Amino acid sequence: MGKYILKRLLWMIVIILGTSFIIFTILYFTPGDPARMIAGGNATAEEVENLRHIMGLDQSYFQQLKTYFSDTFLHFDLGTSWVYNKPVIDEMRTRLPRTVIIGLSAMALNLAIGLLMGIFASTHEGKWQDSLTMGIAMVFISCPDFWVALMLILLLSAKLGILPSYGIGGAEYYVMPIICSAIGGIAVNARQTRASMLGVFREDYITTARAKGQRERKVVFRHMLPNALMPIITSIGNGFARIVAGSAVIESVFSVPGIGLYLLTAINARDYPVVRSCVLFFAAFTSIAMLLVDLVYAFVDPRIKAQYSSARRGGAGK
Amino acid sequence: MRKRQNDVYSRYRRAEKTSLFLETIQRLWENPGAKVGIVLFAVIVAACVFAPVVAPYDVNETDIKNLFAGPSAAHFCGTDAMGRDLFTRLLYGGRYSLALGLCAAVFGSALGIVIGSIAGYFGGKTETLIMRLMDIWSSLPSILLCILISAVLGPGFFNTVLALSVGNVPIGVRLIRGQILAERSKEYLEAAESIKCSRISIMFRHLLPNVISPVIVDATMGIGMTITMAAALSYIGLGVQPPTPEWGAMLADARSHILNYPYLIMFPGLIIALTVLAINLIGDGLRDALDPKLRK
Repeated sequence: MGKYILKRLLWMIVIILGTSFIIFTILYFTPGDPARMIAGGNATAEEVENLRHIMGLDQSYFQQLKTYFSDTFLHFDLGTSWVYNKPVIDEMRTRLPRTVIIGLSAMALNLAIGLLMGIFASTHEGKWQDSLTMGIAMVFISCPDFWVALMLILLLSAKLGILPSYGIGGAEYYVMPIICSAIGGIAVNARQTRASMLGVFREDYITTARAKGQRERKVVFRHMLPNALMPIITSIGNGFARIVAGSAVIESVFSVPGIGLYLLTAINARDYPVVRSCVLFFAAFTSIAMLLVDLVYAFVDPRIKAQYSSARRGGAGK
Repeated sequence: MRKRQNDVYSRYRRAEKTSLFLETIQRLWENPGAKVGIVLFAVIVAACVFAPVVAPYDVNETDIKNLFAGPSAAHFCGTDAMGRDLFTRLLYGGRYSLALGLCAAVFGSALGIVIGSIAGYFGGKTETLIMRLMDIWSSLPSILLCILISAVLGPGFFNTVLALSVGNVPIGVRLIRGQILAERSKEYLEAAESIKCSRISIMFRHLLPNVISPVIVDATMGIGMTITMAAALSYIGLGVQPPTPEWGAMLADARSHILNYPYLIMFPGLIIALTVLAINLIGDGLRDALDPKLRK
């Protein structure tokens, strides 16, 4: 198991380095001169040239790449924003909690509601409750989240005046962004839960549990759910990554100054150090989420745990 | 005797012809959800394709006397800030949105199928290399990748198709590779190899038809997701730009009028949701129809 974790961690480093390299290269070859953008329309050629020198843009590709990699990965320096002339890391530090709070709460919300919906639907398979729940999930999955956000603003802020529609402040500012981030995941989890619950429905151990006279509630929650949860655990990492990445759109609808909005503004302003840092954050975040989920999965499921230890002993298995 | 043989043969041929494809279509049609989806989708597509005939106005025709007119008999969905008929623009916009979704999903899946088949069939180092590349490729969630690529390539239809399809590739690759892994040791492949079929022919003529169903389902669902993503992209100011009547661009255009004229936001979103709903219903039906466990 330890060897497996080590291998995964090493591979994660490779992925993050690879992603940084690709992003750097893509941005380098993007048409348009960031120095001219940032200097403004009426800057003289000399001023722009000067700025290019300060930003290091007059160096060759390899030199810039080298500087970027050594700054980021050896000195852990994310650089300074070209537009605001402030260290990126400071800005990230103030913005990070907002994005993470929204992401974590949305994940918790969509897991809780998604699971409940899925269990409810599967225990009423074929009846109207099943169709209704799955119908709702279908609608949730089909509505664009940013449009739901706009509709919620109309309803809850404009019509009823219960919740603030933009910005950041107390807990009430987070309610709508969290709901909107969670909606897609609720539907996915509900469908997944229903499918895997129905998958274990006809297993022998369920029949055994029923045969020994176990109460239905216990059959569902003690015997079926833990087994049905396995595929859902695998999808958590993906879902979490998607929520955090989707924060770019949701944060822009609600003007929440988080990492996602930071990235979007930076893309439009050609503020490359900020773009690179945000992308790095998202890549690292995704990789870590995936790794944690895989580890949890291995710990929860004795079969997989056994597989790893046998792989270590026998050298077989993937 | 000869006639009878022919008879049997033609009956056999007919039986073969009604096999997978028609059977799938038939089973799809028997699924009530999928039926609703197909009809809904067909109506939307037809209305958008025949927009010049169906639409009551011209796409850029402005009616200066009727700026921000609410929904009425003359303007089903009202008019926008320039007095353009919203219903007309929704129909024309559907051409962009549907084409974007369709092209990107097909392109992304096709690329995924080719790369995934190579990885799955050749195995060994090729497979390891491809799968590790896919790990890096998908270390960024698709919406983020899409935003980045779109920002780099700039606006325009084909650039947006490219940006939208990039995120779909690793999913297709993983799916098809997983399928092929399960199929790799089957006898019919050995048979094909023993009669000296070329590798390309084995890969695409023998192996692919047996493993493609999940990818088809995935690509169908992908169309819906891509339409949503395209709309989100235009909404945040990338991808297709206003005044092009793309659904997301129309939402972005109407954003500043949200409080006073909510219908400008309501209708484009509704049509997106309906389209994606129809596609998802078809996708779900297709999954059931292609599921060998449910096949009689």
